[in-house]
Amino acid sequence: MKDKMTIFTKGIIKENPVLVLLLGMCPTLAVTTSAINGLGMGLSVIVVLTCSNIVISLLKKAIPGKVRVPGYIVVIAGFVTVVQLLLKAYLPELDESLGLFIPLIVVNCIILGRAEMFASKNPIVDSMLDGLGMGIGFTMALGLIGLIREFFGAGTAFGIQLGTEITPMGIFMLAPGGFFVLAMIIALINWLSKGRAIKKKEIGCDVCPMIGTCSGICEKEEAGA
Amino acid sequence: MIGNMKNKNNLKLIVSASPHLVSGLNTQKIMLYVVIALMPSLVASTWIFGFRAFALTVFCVAACMIFEYIFNLIAKKPQTTKDLSAVVTGILLAFNLPVSLPYWIAAVGCFIAIIIVKQLFGGIGKNIVNPAITARVVLLVSFPAAMTTWQATRFAGDAVSGATPLGMIKEGLEVPSNMDLFLGNVGGSMGEVSALALLIGFAFLLFKKVVSPLIPICYLAVVFFFALAAGEDPLFHIFAGGVMLGALFMATDYVTTPVLPPGQIIFGLGCGFITMVIRIWGAYPEGVSFSILLMNILVPHIDRLCDHIIFKVKTVKKKSRSTKKTVMNNIKEGTK
Repeated sequence: MKDKMTIFTKGIIKENPVLVLLLGMCPTLAVTTSAINGLGMGLSVIVVLTCSNIVISLLKKAIPGKVRVPGYIVVIAGFVTVVQLLLKAYLPELDESLGLFIPLIVVNCIILGRAEMFASKNPIVDSMLDGLGMGIGFTMALGLIGLIREFFGAGTAFGIQLGTEITPMGIFMLAPGGFFVLAMIIALINWLSKGRAIKKKEIGCDVCPMIGTCSGICEKEEAGA
Repeated sequence: MIGNMKNKNNLKLIVSASPHLVSGLNTQKIMLYVVIALMPSLVASTWIFGFRAFALTVFCVAACMIFEYIFNLIAKKPQTTKDLSAVVTGILLAFNLPVSLPYWIAAVGCFIAIIIVKQLFGGIGKNIVNPAITARVVLLVSFPAAMTTWQATRFAGDAVSGATPLGMIKEGLEVPSNMDLFLGNVGGSMGEVSALALLIGFAFLLFKKVVSPLIPICYLAVVFFFALAAGEDPLFHIFAGGVMLGALFMATDYVTTPVLPPGQIIFGLGCGFITMVIRIWGAYPEGVSFSILLMNILVPHIDRLCDHIIFKVKTVKKKSRSTKKTVMNNIKEGTK
C-alpha cells in the first residue's frame, strides 16, 4: 500500500514533471497566461495521461517492441481526440483559448515519457496511479504559473478583477514573463529542497528520455567504479 | 584589487599574472566620474521639464541604492552600495523615463534593474545586460501608455503633452529644427533631450580617460550614414531620440560591452544598424534600447570572435589536432 502511495505522490512534488523533470515545457510556457487556461490544460492532460497509461499498460505485451512508439502515439491520439471533442462540446471558450495546444498533447513528452518509462513496464493499477499523480503535478504547476502570470499581468485571479488602481505589468502575459515565472518557481523549489529536488539518484534512468537508445554503459561504469 | 587594499578589513595579498600596473582608478572613482559626467544632463532636464525631473532622478537613485542594500543584507553578501554603481544605474534609468512617469512604476524599474538584472546574476561586473536599458525595455513593454506619455517642455507654451521628434516623424508631423534637438527643446525621456549636455558630460569622461570613444563613434557613424542612405536627415537622426544617451553612456558600460577594440567596433556598428532598422521600418519610433540590449547579449560571442583577431590564433582544425597527436605520440615514445 505504501508503494502505491509513493507511486501516486512522487509525480506531485518530488518528481513534478514540469518543475523538477522539466518535461512539457511547450504547453507550460504557452498556455499559462491565466490560471483557468493552466488548469484546463492540466485537467485535459490528467485525463489523457491516466487513460493512455491504463491502455498502454494493458497492451504492453501485445505491442511489438520495434513499433511501440507509433503504437503509444495512436493510443494517446485517440484519447486526445476524445478530450478535444468533449471540450468543443461543453467548454467551447476554453477550447478556443487553448487552441492548438490541445491537439499537441499528442506529442507532449510527459505522456509519451510516462508511457515509455512506466506504463509499458508496470501493472495497470500502478500505471493509473502514476498517470494520476503526474497529471496532478502538471496541473498544479500550470495552475500556479498561470495564477502568478494572470495576477501580475492582468490584475485578475481566475478571471475575477482584483482592483483597478494599479496598472498591471503586461510583460507577464508575454513570452518573457512565462520564462521568468517558470524560472523563479524552479529556483524556489531548488532552494527549498536545498538542491535535492533534482538529483540523479532519485530520478534515475527510468525517466531519462534517452533510455530507449542508451546502453547504460556509463551507469555500469559508475557502479563499477 | 585596489578597492580591496583600501578596505582595511580585507587585507588580502592577491597574486595575479603580470603586468602589475598600479592605477589610481577604482570602481568607486570611475562611477563617481560617470555621475559627474551625467550632471549636465540632469541640470538640463530639470531646466527643460521642471523640478519633477530632478525629483524623479533622486527617487530612482535612492530606490536603486535601497534595493541593492536590502538584497545584499538578505543574501548575506558584502555591501556593494559604496561603489556608487547603483547610483549610476539609478540616474541612467531615470534618464530613460518620461518625466511624468508615476513614482511606483519607476520603483518597479529600479527593482528590475538592480535585483533581477544585476544582483541575481552575481552583482557588479557579472550582469550580462545593461541594467538600466533592460529595466527601460521591461517597463516599455509592460506599461506602454505611461512610458510614452511625453510632457511638453516649459518652452512649448500652452501645450500640455509633447510628442517626441521620432514619434512626430512616424506620424508624418513637422519635426523641430536641429538646433532645438541639439539644445534639448523637444519632448522625450528626461536625459535624452539635450544632446549638448550629454556631449559636455562625455567630454569630461574622455578627458579623464574613463571611456574610449570607439563605440560611440562607430554607433553614431552608422546612424549617420544609414540615415543618409535612407534619404533622411542624418543630423536629425543623431540628435533625436536616445541615440546620444545610448551611444555615449549606455553602450560604453564596461561590463556589458566587448573587451577588445575590434569587438567594440563590431558592437558599435551592430547597435547603430539595429537602431536604424527599428527607426525606419519598425513599429516603435525608437530602437536604441532594443539595439543595445540585443548587442549586449551578443557580447560573449563577439569577444570570442575577437580573441582570434588579436592573438592571431587560427581556429583549431583537424589538421592541427593530428599534429598535436603526433607530438603527443613522440613524447610518449620518448618516455618509453
